[in-house]
Amino acid sequence: MASKNYLSGLFGPSPVAPLQSHMTLVDACVTKLVGLFEHMANGDTDAVEKVYHEIAELEQKADDQKHLLREHLPSGLFMPIERQDLLDALRVQDLLANRARDIAGIIVGRKLHFPEQAGLRVIELVKATAETSHQALRVVNELDELVETGFRGHAVRVVEGMLATLGELESETDRIQVELRADLFAIERELYPVDVMFMYRIIESIADIADDAERVGRRFQLMLAK
Amino acid sequence: MDFGTTYIVLAVIFGLFMAWGIGANDVANAMATSVGSKAITIKQAILIAAVFEFAGAVLAGGQVTSTIRKGIIDVSGLGATPEILVMGMLAALLAAGTWLLVASHKGWPVSTTHSIVGSIVGFAIVGIGMDAVQWGKVGTIVISWVTSPLIAAILSFLIFRSVQKLILETESPLENAKKYVPIYIFFVGFMLAMVTMVKGLKHIGLNVEGLDAVYIAAVVGVLVMLLGQYLIQRIQFEESENKNFHYASVEKIFSVLMLLTACAMAFAHGSNDVANAIGPLAAVASIVETGQLSQKSPLPIWILLVGGVGIVLGLAMYGRKVIETVGTKITELTPSRGFCCEVSAATTVVIASGVGLPISTTHTLVGAVLGVGMARGINALNLSVVRGIFMSWVITLPIGAGLAIIFFFILNAIFT
Repeated sequence: MASKNYLSGLFGPSPVAPLQSHMTLVDACVTKLVGLFEHMANGDTDAVEKVYHEIAELEQKADDQKHLLREHLPSGLFMPIERQDLLDALRVQDLLANRARDIAGIIVGRKLHFPEQAGLRVIELVKATAETSHQALRVVNELDELVETGFRGHAVRVVEGMLATLGELESETDRIQVELRADLFAIERELYPVDVMFMYRIIESIADIADDAERVGRRFQLMLAK
Repeated sequence: MDFGTTYIVLAVIFGLFMAWGIGANDVANAMATSVGSKAITIKQAILIAAVFEFAGAVLAGGQVTSTIRKGIIDVSGLGATPEILVMGMLAALLAAGTWLLVASHKGWPVSTTHSIVGSIVGFAIVGIGMDAVQWGKVGTIVISWVTSPLIAAILSFLIFRSVQKLILETESPLENAKKYVPIYIFFVGFMLAMVTMVKGLKHIGLNVEGLDAVYIAAVVGVLVMLLGQYLIQRIQFEESENKNFHYASVEKIFSVLMLLTACAMAFAHGSNDVANAIGPLAAVASIVETGQLSQKSPLPIWILLVGGVGIVLGLAMYGRKVIETVGTKITELTPSRGFCCEVSAATTVVIASGVGLPISTTHTLVGAVLGVGMARGINALNLSVVRGIFMSWVITLPIGAGLAIIFFFILNAIFT
């Protein structure tokens, strides 16, 4: 008799855990940048290249995870989060990993080396950016708690607190970025102009990662508001 | 009456088969929510189902049985040829059984209740005539198929919102769970006891009415509540789980509740769905015993027992596997959600049983699940199943009717 059952068919695959594991991969990807910049500061090009490959591998995994999740979201699915919000959050999360890989790629490809003061400051910037990414991951990891409470009450307040922290962390990266640009500006005349161009681009990309991490959080704010 | 014993034996066999099918398949849906949320093990589920399906069938199943047996068609026009009703009821049982076999094999969301009602209507149109069908009553039944999932959905939405308000979204959900869960337990116990007493106990010769029933139901509720409180106190809360918002511990408290709502669910299911199998059997038995169309004769208790035994047999032989399969697939439903679904579905079904309306337990449960989903309580619900249910409402009646007509002519050809 019952070879299939429609009651069990009622429950679709949950998008929460895949979204969280995607963000975990993305965060690992971004965190690797810290090591990469430290090796760069030490002039250890082999180590830099090794970390680049690790980042590329993680980015690939995140990409696969993204496709998997997209495939698992048929339009007949009824979720506490709107499908569009979920897909947007996923897309923004994925951007973080893409940017991390691009930054690593440029550094390896152009054998970039940030000089003295800027070299220290850029590590500071990457660390602060990794912090925002961690915080974004923490927010994403609260999603199951939010579902548990049905997007209401205490859990919402906790997440709102986390989002405020996320905003502060992002502002911090903005501040460091301004200082770093000033550092670079002070010495840019002595450097090879094309390299300087790429350095500015990298600074911009790192700042974009922090921005995107905050955007992940903002997606959550939208989900909470509904 | 010629072939009297043959008729009864056939009716018992067909009725047992139907009840067996309900036990094997349908009960799984009632129990799987509790199993899926890991509130109870499969062994416990089978035990609970066996006891409470049986109790529901015997204690509160009479009203629906009488609707199936004599509420759908008016047989006064049959007069001297009661055999036609016997054939018809046998045909209806066979038709519903066959259709269910096909449908459950294909995984279609078809309900036992809809099949049997369609089959009885089908045979009545051909065997007795258009006028014999109590269209008003059939209309009420069909409307109840739409309203019961709706009511369950609204109930589960409200109950889940109350759980959110009182427990989940507060600062200390664990303390509040300990405080409020016993009240929900009281509600479950009270409701079940109330329906049993008001509508059920007549069949076993007890008559409790009016305020007495309320008092007794309240006492039962309190007893169940105390049992629940005892079980909650026995729970070991692990320290590591207590970080965050204590949700793991809160869910543990709800699993105690689900243990009790699983009983309620089995009871409700027994009270409503067993009638699908034994309603026709009861009609056949009363005609054969009295030789005439007595619409007044009471329901003999042995018939309820046949239904109960059939369900338990099906459950024991086949149900374990089905509960296991369904249960493992609906792990998405945590105890707090499962409780809301089960308690609303059980309440809706038990009340329908009390009023004598044959409804689909599973469709009601689906409605309840959607209600919790509406309150943003469930990660992902596949709405294509709901479309399937709409389709089954449209399709099952004519198919059940058509099959019943075919079987009716075959049986007629054999016995006359």
